[in-house]
Amino acid sequence: MNAGDASVEANRQFLIEVFITPRPVVNDPQGLAVRDGLHQLGYAGVVSVRVGKYLRLHLEATSEAEAHVLATEMCDKLLANPVIEDYRLSVSPLIADATARD
Amino acid sequence: MSVSDTTLREVALSRSEYDQVVVLLGREPTPVELGMFGAMWSEHCGYKNSRPLLKLFPTSGERVLQGPGENAGAVDIGDGLAVVFKIESHNHPSAVEPYEGAATGVGGIVRDIFTMGARPIALLNSLRFGPLERPRNRYLFQGVVGGIGGYGNCLGIPTVAGDIFFDPAYNGNPLVNAMCVGIVQHDAIMKARASGIGNLVVLVGADTGRDGIHGATFASVENPEESHRGVVQVGNPFLEKLLLEACLEVLQTEHVVAMQDLGAAGLTSSTVECASRGNVGIEIDVQYVSRREQGMNAYEIMLSESQERMLVIVREDGLDEVRAIFSRWDLHSDVIGRVTGDGHVRVLDHGVVVADVPAAYFVDACPTYVRDGIESPEARSARLYDCNSVPDIAASEVIPWLRRLLASPNICSREPVVRTYDHTILSNTILAPLEGDAAVVRIKGTTKALALKTDCNPRYVYLDPFQGGKYAVAEAARNVSCTGATPLALTNCLNFGSPEKPAGYFQLREAVRGMAEAARVLNTPVVSGNVSLFNESENGSILPTPTVGMVGILDDASKRVGLAANAGDALLLLGPPAGALGASEYLALRLGANLGAPPPVDLDVEARVQALVRNLIQQGLVTAAHDTSEGGLLVAIVEMLIPQRVGATLDLDAVIAASLGRVDGGLFGESASRIIVATPYSQRDVVERLAASAGIPVLTLGVVGGSQVHIAGVGEVEISDLCESWSNGLR
Amino acid sequence: MRIGVVTFPGSNGDHDALAAVELGLHQEAIAIWHKDHELGDVDALLVPGGFSWGDYLRAGAIARFAPVMDAVIEFAEAGYPVLGICNGFQILTEAGLLPGALLKNSGLTFSCRWVHVRVETDRTPFTHGIDPGTVLRLPIAHGQGRYFAPPEIVSDLEKNDQIIFRYTDRHGVENDDANPNGSLRNIAGVSNRAGNVVGLMPHPERAYDAALGGDDGLQILGAMLRSRMAVAAK
Repeated sequence: MNAGDASVEANRQFLIEVFITPRPVVNDPQGLAVRDGLHQLGYAGVVSVRVGKYLRLHLEATSEAEAHVLATEMCDKLLANPVIEDYRLSVSPLIADATARD
Repeated sequence: MSVSDTTLREVALSRSEYDQVVVLLGREPTPVELGMFGAMWSEHCGYKNSRPLLKLFPTSGERVLQGPGENAGAVDIGDGLAVVFKIESHNHPSAVEPYEGAATGVGGIVRDIFTMGARPIALLNSLRFGPLERPRNRYLFQGVVGGIGGYGNCLGIPTVAGDIFFDPAYNGNPLVNAMCVGIVQHDAIMKARASGIGNLVVLVGADTGRDGIHGATFASVENPEESHRGVVQVGNPFLEKLLLEACLEVLQTEHVVAMQDLGAAGLTSSTVECASRGNVGIEIDVQYVSRREQGMNAYEIMLSESQERMLVIVREDGLDEVRAIFSRWDLHSDVIGRVTGDGHVRVLDHGVVVADVPAAYFVDACPTYVRDGIESPEARSARLYDCNSVPDIAASEVIPWLRRLLASPNICSREPVVRTYDHTILSNTILAPLEGDAAVVRIKGTTKALALKTDCNPRYVYLDPFQGGKYAVAEAARNVSCTGATPLALTNCLNFGSPEKPAGYFQLREAVRGMAEAARVLNTPVVSGNVSLFNESENGSILPTPTVGMVGILDDASKRVGLAANAGDALLLLGPPAGALGASEYLALRLGANLGAPPPVDLDVEARVQALVRNLIQQGLVTAAHDTSEGGLLVAIVEMLIPQRVGATLDLDAVIAASLGRVDGGLFGESASRIIVATPYSQRDVVERLAASAGIPVLTLGVVGGSQVHIAGVGEVEISDLCESWSNGLR
Repeated sequence: MRIGVVTFPGSNGDHDALAAVELGLHQEAIAIWHKDHELGDVDALLVPGGFSWGDYLRAGAIARFAPVMDAVIEFAEAGYPVLGICNGFQILTEAGLLPGALLKNSGLTFSCRWVHVRVETDRTPFTHGIDPGTVLRLPIAHGQGRYFAPPEIVSDLEKNDQIIFRYTDRHGVENDDANPNGSLRNIAGVSNRAGNVVGLMPHPERAYDAALGGDDGLQILGAMLRSRMAVAAK
């Protein structure tokens, strides 16, 4: 393994998916409006709807574990506001052709 | 001939237009050139069907600093200042994606104003939809209103006035006309005329993507929804706000010789127009254009309509300073070419010429068409409908009809809409939406204010395009006069169906003739405008809708009046008292059709009534003024009572007598040149005297007070009941 | 008095704040740029409304990381008066200078209208000298103004006199009709524990001249002049 390979290794890309939802204690009128709309369309079985956000990041990191740590930091600092929002994230390695897909 | 019909359809050129291109060039055009010709010779950019008619408009006047031909018109308002304004359509994009279509419409018109060096101070919009009972129309309505608010609110420009009208003729083809008004020092007006050979062409703002390719041609074909789904652009008001502030800052330097926004036909029209206006050439290389997507070719880059981009012509020695200002605002800029001396627009792709055409071929050589126009038999027979064949209503039916009219979508309160628009930002709005016949915004640092309004009753224009065109101008001016302001000049947006149909061309020609005549007599020259043709959908053409945006000036802002009458005021009608049923909202509701001849406008009377009301306001004699329009006299009276929730005691027998003795004609019939003023009772005879000396008929209608509206010989109703009917029409 | 007004990319209430200080209060207004690291010589700070960074992600979320914010936080912690208006309020909550958060209006649409707010306390530099219970008429113009804080925080706010303005009717009575955006307990404005940092959704800087529909905003801005806190902090 030469130096070039090492740098490629250091710059592995990961797909980070962040799901942000309003905390249960927060009233979500948007969710209520969507629920009512679905009821009007006849989907009487819809019990509740919460509207959140979905973010997709491509992140360079040395390992999946490091990617996870970085992504968690980003969520805590900026992407979610803990007063009103919960988040959940998933990290998966990006294979070369995944870039083209996105 | 090598070019296929499919290709020609794509660029919206006819075979004979293509042949003209070949003759001009002396060769076949390259693919990029063909795309550029398609865009520049579209109705949107080239006005090929409307240009001969637009020559009928009066466009000059002692206060006009810039008439049509630049990004917007400019009119002197004293103190070394000018008002810069224009209205523009974004109908087709809004039909496909209402939120983004309307939002980018606002974005485009705002760029037209700050491109001139003016700071935008107000937005207006004129909207037309099919009835809201249809879910698709409601979706379009909510999307358009959302997009207007979403973009304008974020930019921080108050949306202060507008008009909304519903008719089934707009099913599937809503109209979204946005108007912007700005203020600039005379000596800071910037033009879009490139000059100075060797000067640099700088592109600033958003990266270029594939969005909106063929938008200009798309605006010039029928059934856009079917054929051009992919071209709608997404707006970024945040980026536009940065562009606005940065461009105004850059214009404070001495380094900019011209500025042009990228709207329809993107880089093509901006380079062509800058070169053609300045009688110079421009050479650019598309390799320097920053892109949002990979693999874009020169054709796509030249025709992209990505939003929030500006072309700036900069002196070479000032480039660093200009780019530093853009960087300060976190804006990306690229030098993409230079001004040349040969009058050609030359496009290179990595040094290889892909288009090389004299700018004049795109602009001056654009073909124009004068067509035969014939009134459609349907419109003619509707106009000739005998309104007197409809039985009059009994006195007992007046209150129910009044409530029905107040709740009509064309009359009822616009509060649910205007509440979603920020009208207080910039701290200039001194007559807010719903407070007066026009919005009034003050000009900081002076005692002055501008009165602003858009208008057009498309039903009148459909039934009689000439009278309807006159009426649109007269009504917009009347609304401005009702605040106390003197109408200065207008902008217009001509929304019509296909001019290739004789009936469509007739409507366009006659409406323009009527508007031109009114603009001349009322001394309100046309300083800017836009044309949107081919508005056709499932029911055929839309109602012809030549929207007028009027700007007036009030030298003493503190003199403005709204439409709210106070308890204790007398209500006086100025102008010819008679109402008529033709083309009225009442008749449309009663018969479910647009019928009868619209009210003719006597422009001499109109001018004198407006002068009288301005004089009365100037002298501080009136509390409120309001013209009678859709719904007629009684609706107009109630509209003056609603703001203070106050009643009135009325005697309208004289109006009924003047209206062929018809109760419905007098109370709900419509007419031009009528203004109701509220005046403290003690000043009533002064007003009557001044009206008499101006030769204007005046009639006392009643006295304001109490909680009920009493109408002699008819009965009474609580004002709160009427408020409720009026308030809930759009909910 | 020298009053600073911070401009972020996308701020649009900065012009009004500067105008209100100069034309309404007749004080010196100092424009401060988001990339500045120092506030300069100012006695109080206004963080104006608008759509900083387009309100993308969350209103105020990106602005809190602007270079100027370190200086703003330092200034606030030193006890100087800081007023966040509308988007400025959102930024101050995101920055942790004020408790709670602002959510999308319960009606789901942007709302521009005049409202009434009741002054709850005179202990802040922006309510100094205004009798508690006084009702002010001010414009609102926002899409995300629904005040929210977790129950335990709200009870702290009540206990510590940190609720500064409440939406009421013109007579000063709280009710649902007077609440334009669904804010928790009709809260229109709050302060930090010390009281020197205040945020509110209505726009006092757009109500400095009767010609604009009202001049009650001058009472809030003028309180800064009356307040001794700015002087005391020096």
